[in-house]
This record gives sequence, structure tokens and C-alpha cells, in this order.
Amino acid sequence: MNKLELISALKNEAGISKTEAAKVVQIFFDSMTEAMARGERVEIRGLCSFYVKRYKSYVGRNPKTGEKVTIRPKKLPFFKSGKELKDRVDL
Amino acid sequence: MSLTKAEIIKSLTDQNGYTKAQAIEILEVLIEIMKSTLASGDDILVSGFGKFSVHNKAQRKGRNPATGETLMLDARKVVTFKGSGKLRARINS
Repeated sequence: MNKLELISALKNEAGISKTEAAKVVQIFFDSMTEAMARGERVEIRGLCSFYVKRYKSYVGRNPKTGEKVTIRPKKLPFFKSGKELKDRVDL
Repeated sequence: MSLTKAEIIKSLTDQNGYTKAQAIEILEVLIEIMKSTLASGDDILVSGFGKFSVHNKAQRKGRNPATGETLMLDARKVVTFKGSGKLRARINS
């Protein structure tokens, strides 16, 4: 399922227009993106949570050439499945 | 501070002019669609955000760390997420 199909399913199941459904989907994912950009956690009960993990600078290696490279500090989003989602996916 | 449904509901009422009850209902419908899609084994690809996938984990041998006892862990399905390049860039900007 892609974003357009998600919008279409929301339009049908919530009985709203396609424009409105698109806006809701956009607000939902934008809110989560912005929260993580501020370094905040995201917690959507029953679905999932996200937190931002910070990595310090480290010396890594290019796995192809074996060359040493310095990796700059970075932040990555981490996903955790919510309890209800976890239980429903693994029946 | 963490982002919860309450704040998303507030954005929906502020930006879309929904009542609080409408916003709660629509958000719950959206979340339910995502849960049932993943429960059916289908992936969800949200461009600009990331991809939610369902992965099959094989049965494996595990150990109870408290007793040291060996036991079989059943095959199971888990949901994984891979953030899009755009999301990662936004988090690091």
C-alpha cells in the first residue's frame, strides 16, 4: 500500500473528500517528522513509537574497498511496534 | 516531551476545521487502516516518510537468561520501519 492508496482508503472509510483525506495523511506524517526533527519521541498508542538515536562520530570502513572513513555524528529514527499492532501482525 | 495522538488531533482541528470528535474519529480510522494493512501482511510505503514492512522471522533456538535453559522460539512476524532519505535528512538538519 502506498500513500495514495492510504489516502483513498481513508476517504472511503471515513466518508470524507479525497482532498481532506490527503490533508489528514499529510498532517499525520508531517507532525511525526517535525517531532523527530526536534529530537522528540513519537508515541501513537496501539500503532507504534519512534525515538531519535544519536550516534557520535566514528571511524568506519568502506565494506567494498576496506578504506577507512570518518563517519560524522548523525541521528537516526528508531521504530518500535505498538503492542496491539505487534499482536495483530503475529497471529 | 513526546508527540502523542492528542497533539495530532489538535493540528487536525486547527488546520482542517474539524471538531475534536471528528478529528479523533478520522485519526482512529487512519490508524486502523494502517494496522489492518500490516496485519494482512501488506507493506505501507509513505513517500517522504518511510516504509513499514512485515518480516517473517524463522524459528530459532533461544536461551532463558535466568535459568540457562535452551528453548525453541517460534517463527513469528514482526513490523520493521526504514526511514526515507528525506526523513533522515530532516532529522539531521
